[in-house]
Amino acid sequence: MTVISRDTLFAYVLRHGDDCLILSQRLGDLISRAPELEEDIALANIALDILGIGRLLLQYAGELEAEERSEDDLAFGRTEREFTNLLLVETPNGDFAHTMVRQYLFDAYQDLLWNRLVDSSDETIAGIAGKARKESRYHLRHSRSWVVRLGDGTAESNRRMQQALESVWRFTGEMFIDDEIDRAAAEAGFGVLPSSLSDAWNHEVTTTIETATLSRPDDSSIRTGGRDGRHSESIGPLLAEMQHMYRSFPGASW
Amino acid sequence: MTGPERFQSILDEDGKIEPKDWMPDGYRKTLIRQIAQHAHSEVIGMQPEGNWIARAPSLHRKAILMAKVQDEAGHGLYLYSAAETLGVSRDELVDLLHRGKHKYSSIFNYPTLSWADIGAIGWLVDGAAITNQVMLTRCSYGPYSRAMVRICKEESFHQRQGYEILLTLVNGTAEQKAMAQDALDRWWWPALMMFGPHDADSTHSEQSTAWNIKRMSNDALRQQFVDMTVPQAQYLGLEIPDPDLSWNADTSHWDSGPIDWDEFWRVVKGDGPMNRERLEHKRKAWDDGAWVREAAEAYAAKHADQPRRVA
Repeated sequence: MTVISRDTLFAYVLRHGDDCLILSQRLGDLISRAPELEEDIALANIALDILGIGRLLLQYAGELEAEERSEDDLAFGRTEREFTNLLLVETPNGDFAHTMVRQYLFDAYQDLLWNRLVDSSDETIAGIAGKARKESRYHLRHSRSWVVRLGDGTAESNRRMQQALESVWRFTGEMFIDDEIDRAAAEAGFGVLPSSLSDAWNHEVTTTIETATLSRPDDSSIRTGGRDGRHSESIGPLLAEMQHMYRSFPGASW
Repeated sequence: MTGPERFQSILDEDGKIEPKDWMPDGYRKTLIRQIAQHAHSEVIGMQPEGNWIARAPSLHRKAILMAKVQDEAGHGLYLYSAAETLGVSRDELVDLLHRGKHKYSSIFNYPTLSWADIGAIGWLVDGAAITNQVMLTRCSYGPYSRAMVRICKEESFHQRQGYEILLTLVNGTAEQKAMAQDALDRWWWPALMMFGPHDADSTHSEQSTAWNIKRMSNDALRQQFVDMTVPQAQYLGLEIPDPDLSWNADTSHWDSGPIDWDEFWRVVKGDGPMNRERLEHKRKAWDDGAWVREAAEAYAAKHADQPRRVA
């Protein structure tokens, strides 16, 4: 019983760590490519925050397993099929509209998640969530304000934002699907059911989309698989680049 | 006292000129050119280091590098603000950069080809920059000198981080040590060139010195840097790629060999390994972001008379 619950805890911590790691890797690419210098600073800041939380989660995941892999072993030593992040966070940056829509939809989810996980029965998860929610509140405020400004800006910005929304929307359903790990984690008291975040997320997002004078896409298409390691093709090149040094110089310290 | 008399008396007393004080046109123009060039250097400098964010060899190093590149954007921002106190806008300065009318530090026209280059940039490039900037904390223009105090603090932190990257490499595998030596081989001479031409060939130096903008000569700063860096290289067990480098007991300084000034001028004039790529990257980011900036302005104009709805 204890063993099963420890494996579940590992898988639960790892998936949320993977979300952070992969998104921060995407955001890191944008530094020096933002529309203005202030936004370079903001994106770097958000990428750093998210990487920081991802590292805490991966370190904790490593402590939980028998192999005791380090954060770097977990980040750089796993293959595509072993990553359990949501598909949403691995979608390519695209234009600034894509980047911000992806960020907003994910920030809205993560902010809710951390606000619930502060009550996790697992002290380490609760502690990490406590730190993360202080940051995610600002991330959400930042990305929401861009969604509103760009949606309600010019005809072109509205068109780009609507297009980004249509393109990214199919990856949002996956955030609220409960799988076995989630159910076991919720039952054990250290995790939350993703489905229980859905109403609040829908409320937040629908309100913002309206304020931004955008239209909410329909929910007919939902892409899933990330939590099972069935990813889109775009994660492969991301990992190849991220893992290059670890794999080229096995065993070296940096 | 007339404006010019007051200006001179401030300089004589080694005081600070503030934005609202009278100043000669030449003083204003020199400072705009110099502060803008410095700001542009910070911003262009984000690219060679940004090149390794995605491939940083550990998550710890990735976080440090991201924070460093973010600091550079921050430095750019407050240097542009310092330039704006002289009556020029950031947009004008950025436009001059994009049109190739303004320069930035030539060092950033060299490529980062290995992880060790990130260490070498911190150690040598930031080290050379600090040598120059410590002097500038005493420059006569108040906003610039104050910006330098703040920037120097962060730069010394960056320099230590860079040195620490190399220290880890030289204590690592043979491959890692070779990587560190190769980085030093490629960055040493460009770092020395960062101090500019020899004093005799430096066009702006004399006037800048009279105005207390420049407090030390190019060659004196370069010597200070060499004297500081040689023992650090020795501690790393790396060889400085200068066969003429030798300790001069008479002067108590390290004598170095001749700098390749043809290379220096070639890169300054735009024909370095990465000049074209750096500007194209910068212009592309700016052009790609045009619709975002326009939209933000349009939104602000639409909602100017309303209470703010989003933070």
